[in-house]
Amino acid sequence: MEWKLSDDRPIYLQLYEQLTRRIVSGIYPPGSKLPPVRELAAEAGVNPNTMQRALQQLESDGLAVANRTAGRVVTDDIAAIEAIRYRMAREIIAAFYAAAAELGYTRQEAAALVKEEESL
Amino acid sequence: MSDLLIQCTALTKAYGSKLALRDVNLSIGRGRIIGLLGPNGSGKTTLIKLLCGLLQPTRGTLLIDGQGVGVHSKSIISYLPDKMYFADWMKATDLFDLFADFYQDFDRTKAMEMCASLGVNPTDRIKSMSKGTKEKVQLVMVMSRKAQLYLLDEPIAGVDPAARDFILSTILTNYNEEGTVLISTHLISDIEKVLDEVIFLKEGQVMLHNSVDNIRESEGKSVDALFREVFRTIPIEGGNY
Repeated sequence: MEWKLSDDRPIYLQLYEQLTRRIVSGIYPPGSKLPPVRELAAEAGVNPNTMQRALQQLESDGLAVANRTAGRVVTDDIAAIEAIRYRMAREIIAAFYAAAAELGYTRQEAAALVKEEESL
Repeated sequence: MSDLLIQCTALTKAYGSKLALRDVNLSIGRGRIIGLLGPNGSGKTTLIKLLCGLLQPTRGTLLIDGQGVGVHSKSIISYLPDKMYFADWMKATDLFDLFADFYQDFDRTKAMEMCASLGVNPTDRIKSMSKGTKEKVQLVMVMSRKAQLYLLDEPIAGVDPAARDFILSTILTNYNEEGTVLISTHLISDIEKVLDEVIFLKEGQVMLHNSVDNIRESEGKSVDALFREVFRTIPIEGGNY
């Protein structure tokens, strides 16, 4: 998975979102050790302090836990990860409806389109 | 050890009657990567030269690691000038000998490793090297020191975009973690991602000093876009040139 950074938003936020996605999608499995800050920063081509800030955000969300001996690990609270996965899915659906509305579809029409896609 | 690495108070530098820096107040901490940005003639190189003691301030004070510019500050600063100052008959390995003599914190092994990863042959003569390769050698020299303050004046201007990315990652992975890196450049979009903070200089004055993410958050645009907006060239008297 590549790091993608756009120009118009804070870098740490984008890193934080992409780290979250990696945890939710199981690239970093529950309870596994996260790579060190420096390694992640070098991989994304960003400042280590910025990466550090993104990781701290993960910690305050409860997705990652700082462990004094083992470094930073992904939480083993599967319910917490699932809750965030669910929230992200809802956001994608909301964004879909918003984009469909721009094309002039009502919510019902948009939902019907999804069903149609399913039956193809 | 002082908390602040650099502290400038009302720092002013005049060349004759022309003011290159006017009442600059700056506080810079440790462990940061900072972009020094501004259009041509805004005072970037003057500020860097004051920091490394190549110029004397006209007025104001400048403290580095809590002390004035002198033997101590020179021992903790690693400076990459905007021009090459090495004799061109030398080989990179000769330069390493020179640096090892001058600087206690020069790490020769690291220099050789960096040459290898940048694709520079250290036994070639400087004379035979391309402009970009010379810049790479200079960068290797400067980044192979375990300094507290790295002053890099236009470090990536002469190399191709692919090498630029590589050089930036070299800077990122090789700077000393308690050290601060101050990079002056015009190529903002290339280096924005690696910076903590930026300083905008305009006509010898600091017009902005903030973190990259704060700027993106409050302006909703990249530092590069903000720079282009702030420093847009307006033709004088509506002229066409």
